[in-house]
Amino acid sequence: MDKMPAWADAVLVPLISILLAAILSAIVILAIGENPVDAFKLMVDGALMRSSGWGYTLYYTTNFIFTGLCVAVAFHAKMFNIGGEGQAMIGGLGVALACLFIPFPHWSVALFVAMLAGGAFGAAWALIPSYLQAKRGSHIVITTIMFNFIAAAVLNYVLVNLLRPTGAMDPATATFPAATHLPTFQDMFAPEGSRLFRGSPANVTFFLAVLACIGFWFLIWRTKLGYEIRAFGHSESAAKYAGISPVRITIVSMLISGGLAGLMALNTTMGEAERLVLNATEGAGFIGIAVALMGRSHPVGVFLAALLFGFLYQGGAELALWTNIPRELITVIQALVILFTGALDNMVRMPLEKLFLGMRRNGQKG
Amino acid sequence: MDLVTVLQVLDSTVRLATPLLLACLAGLFSERSGIFDIGLEGKMLAAAFASAAIAAVTGSVWLGLLAGIVASLLMSGIHGLASITFRGNQLISGVAINFLASGLTVLIAQDWFGQGGRTPSLMGGGRFEPITLPFAEALSGVPVLGPVYAELISGHSILVYVAFLMVPLSWFVLFRTRFGLRLRAVGEAPEAVDTAGVSVIGLRYAAVMICGLLCGLAGAYLATGLQAGFVREMTAGRGYIALAALIFAKWRPWYALSACLLFGLLQAVALRYQNIDLGGITIPVQVMDALPYILTVVILAGFVGKAIPPRAGGEPYVKER
Repeated sequence: MDKMPAWADAVLVPLISILLAAILSAIVILAIGENPVDAFKLMVDGALMRSSGWGYTLYYTTNFIFTGLCVAVAFHAKMFNIGGEGQAMIGGLGVALACLFIPFPHWSVALFVAMLAGGAFGAAWALIPSYLQAKRGSHIVITTIMFNFIAAAVLNYVLVNLLRPTGAMDPATATFPAATHLPTFQDMFAPEGSRLFRGSPANVTFFLAVLACIGFWFLIWRTKLGYEIRAFGHSESAAKYAGISPVRITIVSMLISGGLAGLMALNTTMGEAERLVLNATEGAGFIGIAVALMGRSHPVGVFLAALLFGFLYQGGAELALWTNIPRELITVIQALVILFTGALDNMVRMPLEKLFLGMRRNGQKG
Repeated sequence: MDLVTVLQVLDSTVRLATPLLLACLAGLFSERSGIFDIGLEGKMLAAAFASAAIAAVTGSVWLGLLAGIVASLLMSGIHGLASITFRGNQLISGVAINFLASGLTVLIAQDWFGQGGRTPSLMGGGRFEPITLPFAEALSGVPVLGPVYAELISGHSILVYVAFLMVPLSWFVLFRTRFGLRLRAVGEAPEAVDTAGVSVIGLRYAAVMICGLLCGLAGAYLATGLQAGFVREMTAGRGYIALAALIFAKWRPWYALSACLLFGLLQAVALRYQNIDLGGITIPVQVMDALPYILTVVILAGFVGKAIPPRAGGEPYVKER
């Protein structure tokens, strides 16, 4: 017998967790002498009331959808991929190499090839940790943390010593050729002379992220592989008994996870910066953890959570611009969301379960 | 390379190894009791900020140290609450703590001091001053040993000596006391400890709090000993290097000392030389940066001496199954 109806588990628990995180964030804002209501209004104004605000919000959302799905795939196989950051960095390298060295006739071809390159590079970066987890029993959390740092060193070396144009000071590649520039929302939706989405970085990759959500749902709930991943995640011994190879599922699900992280680089590197910079990921790999936890590893949840964090990121930038609240407020909110939806899940869940059990008992009596 | 250069590199090795060592021993206590802790970084960061902030305001480094320890203990308390009381995921709790520290320190620093997320530079009584050990001056004339004593062993701040003393102390507590035996047992087979009538929850909280105390020392040393004040993200991945050292040391105190000294040496060399020229082959500085992590992955892979973590690590203890 389930202790709680499914809707309460899927909707009520995350909502209460977010509410707790929001209350604590408001207290933090009060403590540094600002008004939380004004701050929230400013965030809404900056992120949602202007088309360029939406352009930034959806740009961040695109990043977080990819990294959120990356963490979610691993969660389904009961693994914690904390290496999305490193996989996205290396994915960016793949995207940059494709854009720099292949002469593309049109952006759509470039997008397709860069997608393959970024995905393959990201997946490759997840290969060694997943192999070590599957074959040697090394804990995937520790190895992926280590690989984040190794990725940062690799990227640093490649950018400073190999890909930096001669004479340039900052560690970044040359700007990609014009044929690889992706159409932004402004190019796609703004009529001639209109100010719609002006100057904002959201681009065609957003639709790719939405497609990834649909593909994710199809993969996990409608294919044999997805079934095997979920079965393995629920019980390794049962999965083994059913003839599912733990080694294969561990490696394949981590490859998919790393590949999704690598795709994030399409948005930041090809869509926005149009060159590869050192800090292209900006911590999005870690935000994926919060997004996946909050979205309960379901694509709809991940999409909504990514939208919320996109709003927080753009709203946080507005706050930093107009008030004394630094952008780090968003890091605090992110930490609280991870804490309540992930680590302190039982704190929210236990009283709720009691409540529902009590209600059911009363119902039976009456 | 002459003796002076070698001594300078080794001297900075000792100083850079100190925060790693304290954090590594902190992780040792926690993980030996079965509580994984990837939040070492966050605790150090919180302690670094609190110690620098209080030392800057009061002018007393000792009050700063106390504040650093309190801040780190608070973070430990959250970790304990999430992973022991509410049986949550210890890894996710650690991630949350790292972000919480990373965000809150800058937020509060900006609010208190308004210097872009840093504290004012500490001066005079706000810092731990180097201690000159007895006879360091008198013996410095003795060839080789004199300079080694005067430059390398003498002239560090008190927390460096505390850190190195913590190694035998940790070994003694863990391997020669009843508390240590129980602490190790609770990380291997908590159900056995429970059957013996010893509180699993109590032991694990004790371990997590010791971890907080040591991380507090590590963070305070960073901000008031190694450097003079707090800057944002000043731990710069040291918590993760300490975690790597812990695995490298296979969860043992004396090995932890050698692992931290090795990783400290790598940091010292990377700090002093940008690219190392070995007769035609140039080792880029990024290799030095990545080496601790690469070594750890190799060790974890089990090709060179397998690292086996405590058996009950990461598992919340549920009394009845």
